[in-house]
Amino acid sequence: MIEVKGLVKTYGAKRAVDGITFTVKRGDILGFLGPNGAGKSTTMKMITGFLSPDAGSATIDGVNVVDDPVAVKQKLGYLPESAPAYPEMTVEEFLDFIAEVRGFRTADARQAQVDRAIQLTHLNPVRKQSIETLSKGFKQRVGFAQALLHDPAVLVLDEPTDGLDPNQKNEVRSLIKNMAVEKAVILSTHILEEVDAICNRVIIISQGRVVADETPAQLRARKPGARIDEIFRDLTRGDI
Amino acid sequence: MRQISPIFKREFFGYFRSPVAYVFLIIFLFSSVGLAFFAGGFFKGGIATMESYFYFHPWLFLFLVPAAGMRLWSEEKRSGTVELLFTLPITILEAVIGKFLAAWAFLALAILLSFPMALTLAYLGSPDWGVIISGYVGSILMAGGYLGVCSLMSALTKNQVISFVLSVFVCVMLVLLGTSMFNTFMTGFLSLPVGLTDLVANFSFLTHFDAFTKGIIDPKDLIFFVSLTGLTLFLNVVALER
Repeated sequence: MIEVKGLVKTYGAKRAVDGITFTVKRGDILGFLGPNGAGKSTTMKMITGFLSPDAGSATIDGVNVVDDPVAVKQKLGYLPESAPAYPEMTVEEFLDFIAEVRGFRTADARQAQVDRAIQLTHLNPVRKQSIETLSKGFKQRVGFAQALLHDPAVLVLDEPTDGLDPNQKNEVRSLIKNMAVEKAVILSTHILEEVDAICNRVIIISQGRVVADETPAQLRARKPGARIDEIFRDLTRGDI
Repeated sequence: MRQISPIFKREFFGYFRSPVAYVFLIIFLFSSVGLAFFAGGFFKGGIATMESYFYFHPWLFLFLVPAAGMRLWSEEKRSGTVELLFTLPITILEAVIGKFLAAWAFLALAILLSFPMALTLAYLGSPDWGVIISGYVGSILMAGGYLGVCSLMSALTKNQVISFVLSVFVCVMLVLLGTSMFNTFMTGFLSLPVGLTDLVANFSFLTHFDAFTKGIIDPKDLIFFVSLTGLTLFLNVVALER
């Protein structure tokens, strides 16, 4: 579903992403790990068509992001880091806007999508509240609702559990897990236990390069008996 | 182009979701109508015309249009919603046009809310409606020209203060080019040929707005405002491409 080949992005003299290659199949939940500044977000921004790559390509369902960004964006649901949303709108107004842009043109169709997204992300108690008055956990869920409103085949989630309390984290994880059966999901995270909990594949990047691409079990087998963050530290030593 | 409508609606009604719309509309009406009455002699002149209302628009727009336009892109960039917007299935052109049209419609509303003045004229005398309508058309077109500049400046920075200051500066330039002060400076101080001075003066808002307030809709002036708006919006799209 997602095919990334030799992606490169350079900011000034710094090469943020340096030839990243991987594929994600339907049913995969890929955990995207790496220290801060390793290039996780930049890679995600290139896959979702927000940034254009300096070299390489990202293809969703056979469509190259650079060739037909709108077609790719239709297939994608994207939760940007820190879940930006228009603060003056209420949750309902915001999701209604997203539904309209996503091509649900009749009021009934929009209402159905908005209700479904609100139900999935448990936003019902705050649906009439303006987004600026919400707590961080609710804001994050609004970002989530926005990303999965059109039931996309591909989900790209940049730190989806960031800022949530442990209960909410669990809830989001089970939500991702349940949805992923017929989707391809990429999620970036700092939380190593999260990878164990939901991902069936792990990619670790360091200094803009892939340093590991395997299952969580294989990752653990690299150093039997060691904690997963020790393995992580060994692999990403270059960033320290 | 179907995606312009949701962008337009979100942006236009966005003004009314915060106090911005009400503060802006009230200040706009107070200052535009106030200037017409107290500086322009709207009643004292004893003539059934709105010339004294439109006369101040190029100067008033210098500050008020940048105030309405400075947030167009700066705010999206600062708050990160630009990332949301440009990962939705829309093109940059659609987003630029949708947001521009929303802000333009908002400014047109501010201008048109002075209609009680026209009604007063009709009650007290018999104004030439053609002149009044051409004044409104010219003023709204000119607001579009100003707004195009402001939208472009706003796309260049995520800082609204910088966006405002740059917009005012460029607009001041575009107004001053047509003043006699600038003319004397060009021909006298720099001793440039009159032909060149006239050419430069042709890029001024004043030169092209003047005829509208007198009831003349000259295709030349129409084309000026439309092409200025088109050019700035094109540059706006270029500025937003990453």
